[in-house]
Amino acid sequence: MTMTIQNLVFASLGGITVLAALGVVLSKNMVHSALFLVLTFLGVGGIYFNLGAGFLALVQILVYAGAISVLMIFAIMLVMKGEAGGSNPPGPSLGSRLWGIYLAVLLTLGLGASIWFSQWAPGQAAPPGDKVKGLAGLMLGNYVVAFEMAAILLLLAVVGAIILAKGDEK
Amino acid sequence: MVGLSHYLILASLLFGIGLYGVLSKRSAVAVLMSIELMLNAVNINFIAINRFLQPAQTTGQLFAIFVIVVAAAEVAVGLALILSIYRLRKSVDLNDFNLMKW
Amino acid sequence: MTNIFHSAWMIPLLPFLAFALIGLWLHRWPKISAGLSLAAIGSAFILSLLVALKIFSGHPGEFYKMSVHWLNMPGLQVDMGVLIDPLSALMLMVVTIVALLVQIYSLGYMKGDPGLASYYAYQSAFAGSMLGLVVSNNFGQIFVFWELVGLCSYLLIGFWFGKNSAREAAKKAFITNRIGDFGFLLGILFLAIVFGTLDYGELAARVPGYHNLAVLIPISLLLFCGPVGKSAQFPLHVWLPDAMEGPTPVSALIHAATMVAAGVYLIARAFFIFNSTPQVMTLIAMVGGFTAIFAASIALVQNDIKRILAYSTLSQLGYMVMAMGIGAMTAGMFHLMTHAFFKSLLFLGAGSVIHALHDEQDIWNMGQLAKKMPFTTWTFVVGALALAGIPPLSGFWSKDEILLGAYTGGHMGLYLLGSLVAFMTAFYMFRLIFVVFFGSRTPENHAHESSPVMTGPLLILASLSVVSGFAGSSLTDNWFAYWITNSAVVHHEPNMSIMVISSLIALSGILLAWIVYQKELISHQSLRQRFAGIYQLLLHKYYIDEIYAWLIKFLVDGVAHFLEWVDLRIINGAVNGLAKCTGRLGQGLRYSEDGQVQTYALYMFGGLIVVLVTALCAVFTALA
Repeated sequence: MTMTIQNLVFASLGGITVLAALGVVLSKNMVHSALFLVLTFLGVGGIYFNLGAGFLALVQILVYAGAISVLMIFAIMLVMKGEAGGSNPPGPSLGSRLWGIYLAVLLTLGLGASIWFSQWAPGQAAPPGDKVKGLAGLMLGNYVVAFEMAAILLLLAVVGAIILAKGDEK
Repeated sequence: MVGLSHYLILASLLFGIGLYGVLSKRSAVAVLMSIELMLNAVNINFIAINRFLQPAQTTGQLFAIFVIVVAAAEVAVGLALILSIYRLRKSVDLNDFNLMKW
Repeated sequence: MTNIFHSAWMIPLLPFLAFALIGLWLHRWPKISAGLSLAAIGSAFILSLLVALKIFSGHPGEFYKMSVHWLNMPGLQVDMGVLIDPLSALMLMVVTIVALLVQIYSLGYMKGDPGLASYYAYQSAFAGSMLGLVVSNNFGQIFVFWELVGLCSYLLIGFWFGKNSAREAAKKAFITNRIGDFGFLLGILFLAIVFGTLDYGELAARVPGYHNLAVLIPISLLLFCGPVGKSAQFPLHVWLPDAMEGPTPVSALIHAATMVAAGVYLIARAFFIFNSTPQVMTLIAMVGGFTAIFAASIALVQNDIKRILAYSTLSQLGYMVMAMGIGAMTAGMFHLMTHAFFKSLLFLGAGSVIHALHDEQDIWNMGQLAKKMPFTTWTFVVGALALAGIPPLSGFWSKDEILLGAYTGGHMGLYLLGSLVAFMTAFYMFRLIFVVFFGSRTPENHAHESSPVMTGPLLILASLSVVSGFAGSSLTDNWFAYWITNSAVVHHEPNMSIMVISSLIALSGILLAWIVYQKELISHQSLRQRFAGIYQLLLHKYYIDEIYAWLIKFLVDGVAHFLEWVDLRIINGAVNGLAKCTGRLGQGLRYSEDGQVQTYALYMFGGLIVVLVTALCAVFTALA
């Protein structure tokens, strides 16, 4: 029963991801939040695998679960004062928290309703072949300008980050 | 059977959680993390729609890669900004940053 | 020899070239500037002469035309070109001769003036513009040059801009002309809309077949606005007397001989349009006739030598316009030509007197100049005789032609009016002559005859004033009319009784002036006292300037005051009120800006969700 297995895989991956994401925003300890974030990223990577986007899943694990998480943890270490416990408090007032919950729930419900009641026209089955090759072709073909711009953006971000983080040293 | 709708609803859940984090967390770093959650939700959408509606092409994956690139740049700059403002005000609590108040 | 017509485009261009050269580089050397200007107008004169010789050795009705596209847009095409036919060839001759002589004369009159170079630059620009106007082959081009001569006129009236009166006069001339030119431009645009072309030839072919008077009459009226302004017809005549603030040679050239005649020339050019609307023709005749007698009556009592001549010019222009209005187009053009010669002669003579008396212009401070300035005196007398219409001088033939046209055309009233004007003309001209050159008073002055460079042009113009009339006289079988009209206008047989009557009228006018001002058998002071009311009315030019000033003060200023109030109270109030409302609103709303980035995110996503929910509700309502 491949169907059932697939359902199971999806349910478990989705469950892990959502629970981990909840952990990110609900945890009172900043370090826990960061670790939950890594778990979320891994879960999302698993979903990519499940969707047949293996390359993206690897990129996700490398960039998010690897590099970005490490950056986050470094930043947490640099800015944390005192104990780690209670370093990630929720909003200052109940009002703002309630507003956040209200809007988030409303948005999720709205999106969910619109998704659930939509009709989708499924496409043809994927032709067998190397997806990465197709990606590479697009990147260096139709989207080469965007690709180059992304490269420049990364360079600028690195330079900007260095300048900002270095600060005034006069 | 798991279909496109399931993936999209999963993405909406993730996005909603991220939105809650953005709106109600105090620490700037936590807000940044929540933004990452929202970006991941968007990426799931891209790939799922690509997978189910246009399986013959990989454009959706390509856009997901671009989102990852931009997210990486955003995290780098965002964290640098947080460090910078932390040096200045010895705080990452967003409630302390109200210089632009009326 | 190549066809001289192919060089005709150079006639207006040469003076423009001189203008550009003087304006750009040569203005530091006044003598070279003057020389260049003279060379340019001289060459233009020679070219015009050759062109005229060629056209008058052909057949009437032949013409030469050349044009290039200048402005091309949907619905409007304006060409720049050259149209040489007998009419424009004649005008070319008149303009180049008078312009050349005036420029020579100016060498003496303007000697030592610090602005000599710019004076000659303006003179060249004027000559070029006027010649361009004359040779233009369509209404678009004529309008361009029409405005250019107006500009040059403005510059030259205000040439001595150190004088307040000169500045004011220049502005007055320019603004008054604007009113006429506005109508003229509207008329031209109207023509372009209705007929789709501005070319004379094409219009002449289309207009006679067009019978919608409701369209043609406004077109003619609007076109006539141009001549009313430029040729200073009532009620836009007020600028011309004031234009005498310019140097006298300028008055001779622009405000007597050429530019003011451009209006008459335009009527002649567009005669096919006016001729197809009899109602407008009647109006033109009325306006011309009224201007003629109106200005002549003012000239009777003026004391400034140039103003007398200016009102005389007004009156004669009225004569020409009247001739156009009664359909005597050739007579009008003929009078234009002869008037150009003798009136520029009179102005230059007056300039000679003014120059000799060191800028004295009041005739009562002159007297017995005949002995001191014989040459000026006798050429002036020739000009005055020609203007008065004494046979066989030129003015007699042309004026007679107009009166004949009025008489045979059945315009009895206009004929009588014209005769009365002729009488008044003879009277005021000889009043001027007896007071200035003869008379019994001997005021202190050290007048002396002007230099040959000034008297030379006087002599040439005097001889032209004598002989030019024969061109249209019965002695040469009315050579003039033969050429100018393409046998379209009725040719009048000479009428001996009209000739004799008009001569007698002129002679009686001279006689009366002789009795009053030379012999002083009747004291003019006592006349003045007896008719004090009329005298004051005439002296103040029927208070037209005052009426205009009053109208402007009460009407324009009143409206302006009202609009100022509207602007300050209502418009400014609305704007300020709006600004205040916005300010208040901002004051209130700024407290929503707490500087918290999360609050802004809340607003943003709140808005997003509102949009989302609205869209969903709309979709579900539509589905349900």
